[in-house]
Amino acid sequence: MHPVLQGMITVVLGVGICIGYFYFSNQFLDKVLYPARGPNAGRNINRANMIRPWLFMGPAIFVLALYLVYPVLATLWFSLTDRDQGGAFVGLANYRQMAAEPKFLEAIRNNMLWLVVVPAMSTAFGLLAAQLTDRISWGNVAKSIIFMPMAISFVGASVIWKLIYDTRPAGADQIGVLNAIWTALGGAPQTWLTIEPWNNFLLMVVLIWIQTGFAMVILSAALRGIPEETVEAAIVDGANPFQIFFKIKVPQIMPTIVVVWTTITLVVLKVFDIVLAMTNGQWGTQVLANYMYDRMFRAFDWGVGSASAIVIMLLVTPILVWNVRNARREMR
Amino acid sequence: MDNIAGRKSGLTWAVHIAVVLLVILWLFPTAGLFVSSFRTGDQISGSGWWAAFSTQQRNEPAVRVGGDEVQQGGRFVLQGDLFPNRDMTIKAWGTSSRDVEAYEPGATADLGDGVTLTLDEGGTFTLAGPESFEGQRLPRVFATASSPPEFTLANYENVLFSGTAGAGVGQSFINTATVAIPSTVIPILIAAFAAYALAWMDFPGRALLVAAVVALLVVPLQLALIPLLQIHNVIGIGKTYMGTWAAHTAFGMPLAIYLLRNYMVGLPRDIIENARVDGATDFQIFVKIILPLSFPALASFAIFQFLWTWNDLLVALVFLGTDDERLVLTGRLVNLLGSRGGDWEILATSAFVSIAVPLAVFFAMQRYLVRGLLAGSVK
Repeated sequence: MHPVLQGMITVVLGVGICIGYFYFSNQFLDKVLYPARGPNAGRNINRANMIRPWLFMGPAIFVLALYLVYPVLATLWFSLTDRDQGGAFVGLANYRQMAAEPKFLEAIRNNMLWLVVVPAMSTAFGLLAAQLTDRISWGNVAKSIIFMPMAISFVGASVIWKLIYDTRPAGADQIGVLNAIWTALGGAPQTWLTIEPWNNFLLMVVLIWIQTGFAMVILSAALRGIPEETVEAAIVDGANPFQIFFKIKVPQIMPTIVVVWTTITLVVLKVFDIVLAMTNGQWGTQVLANYMYDRMFRAFDWGVGSASAIVIMLLVTPILVWNVRNARREMR
Repeated sequence: MDNIAGRKSGLTWAVHIAVVLLVILWLFPTAGLFVSSFRTGDQISGSGWWAAFSTQQRNEPAVRVGGDEVQQGGRFVLQGDLFPNRDMTIKAWGTSSRDVEAYEPGATADLGDGVTLTLDEGGTFTLAGPESFEGQRLPRVFATASSPPEFTLANYENVLFSGTAGAGVGQSFINTATVAIPSTVIPILIAAFAAYALAWMDFPGRALLVAAVVALLVVPLQLALIPLLQIHNVIGIGKTYMGTWAAHTAFGMPLAIYLLRNYMVGLPRDIIENARVDGATDFQIFVKIILPLSFPALASFAIFQFLWTWNDLLVALVFLGTDDERLVLTGRLVNLLGSRGGDWEILATSAFVSIAVPLAVFFAMQRYLVRGLLAGSVK
């Protein structure tokens, strides 16, 4: 069957089955299992209401358990076993093997760099853009344009930036902007993406370019939420615009800055497409997610691949705990 | 509001200029790709895209003159057009790579032994000499020519409709749509029911489940790949669209539940309680009241999920595979970067084809996207 047709049928069937499941399971509960009539009507209604939430959540819980909870546990198990020995338990052997690989150490080093540079720069640029665009009449147009890269895939962005870093031989016209500027200033054309360690920063630029819009949108909303009295009071006290920004506004939106920072941190930990498309981890640009893909699907070494996935999970865990604690505080 | 007291006009100007700079900086990369996709391969590799709008002057690669010679008044003459089929004006030319701008157009160069070469502005050359050129090496011409700005749709035609040059980008476009649309539609309903239960039904363990959803929100999907691929292989949907839809549905679920629950919790309690008092069942309340009222949140999630599934590379690589007929656009682009890294006309056009749909969705539905972002992170 043609995939497009199959896709349409899936949409119709998927939606139909969902509606059917929810409708008939509720009907069954109310009409057959615990009907709200007869001698036990009251008790039946209570019982039905105890079961109903689980009917509503059933499919979602099933999907989450099968596709997210189980795999985390399974990956943990894979990381402790050796596939070549028929899945025998090998303790921390995979981790030890991984820790001895120079490419893994390189990935860890680069990931740490990414974790510092990308969230910091995206948040800084986002804050700057939010503050500036809020003050001018055509700010919304400017915001749209800065926000736009959010819609572009990491791979598409990689193509866009590869054109910027393109190199032509000396003497020919440079078609990459970076080399065009560089040669106009008197330098010799460079193959930027092969120059360690600066190529790492050139890759980070791509993600900063994408994530700044996100930071800007969130921070702009936070800036607007600042009570006007605080700003007015500062003006009355003779604060200049810079003081107002750094001493009045930024401290008030600190919680939002932290949220933006951690959200971008999560994106950074999973970044894979940009490195794959631009350098594929060559020339000292490996990162954890690409290293993991390499181990799992090119070397087919499930043990070490899973071990590196667990490392990513460990790096995410502090944010996970922090998010859960915040959510629980809000629930109360 | 900021500077009611003592508005500084200098600072206002600085703000405008700073924003203009930011906007240019952010637009410039995409503009480069966009403009390049309308230029021919020769143009792209000849000059930067920012020069595309001006009349371009550039050094053409050396061309060896050639053609049939005729005898005219005791001399052997060879005439022809140096650049057939091209609309350009010669600005200067030379016969040696050491001095490529030695002669003006129309001038006659003396090549020794009585041989002369003339090249006029339009590219017509005349080579004349006392002996036949038969069997001789003819001279090469280095021309500096200018051509008017020129844009073409041929790249798009190539990439989308011809199988060879575009290497199947048209097919990949269909594949990506086939992945993205069901993956966007299916999770919505499943998540909406769950979100309603978590927002408006009382049952033991509710807080725990909400916390679990928040936790799953950040679990990297990298961890899910191998175990899921194993399951998919066992039940026979490894490397199929079915498996990809299922994976996308599941990976989008935490965000969907989280967004929708946050939105539904904020709906007015009165409406729901009144409906309960009037004897409506939870199913009816959900379908007739909650679902229509939650439209903005549903739209937000749908946009997120669509952008994410359309732009995704990892899930498609793992669950759909890298076979040529099932390759999605992002996968195709990565392949093109590897195999045709220098063919910018194909790369730029394919990349633009792949980002055109998300960009259209983005500009059409930006309002909902922003709303979703705010609901998802500020809470």
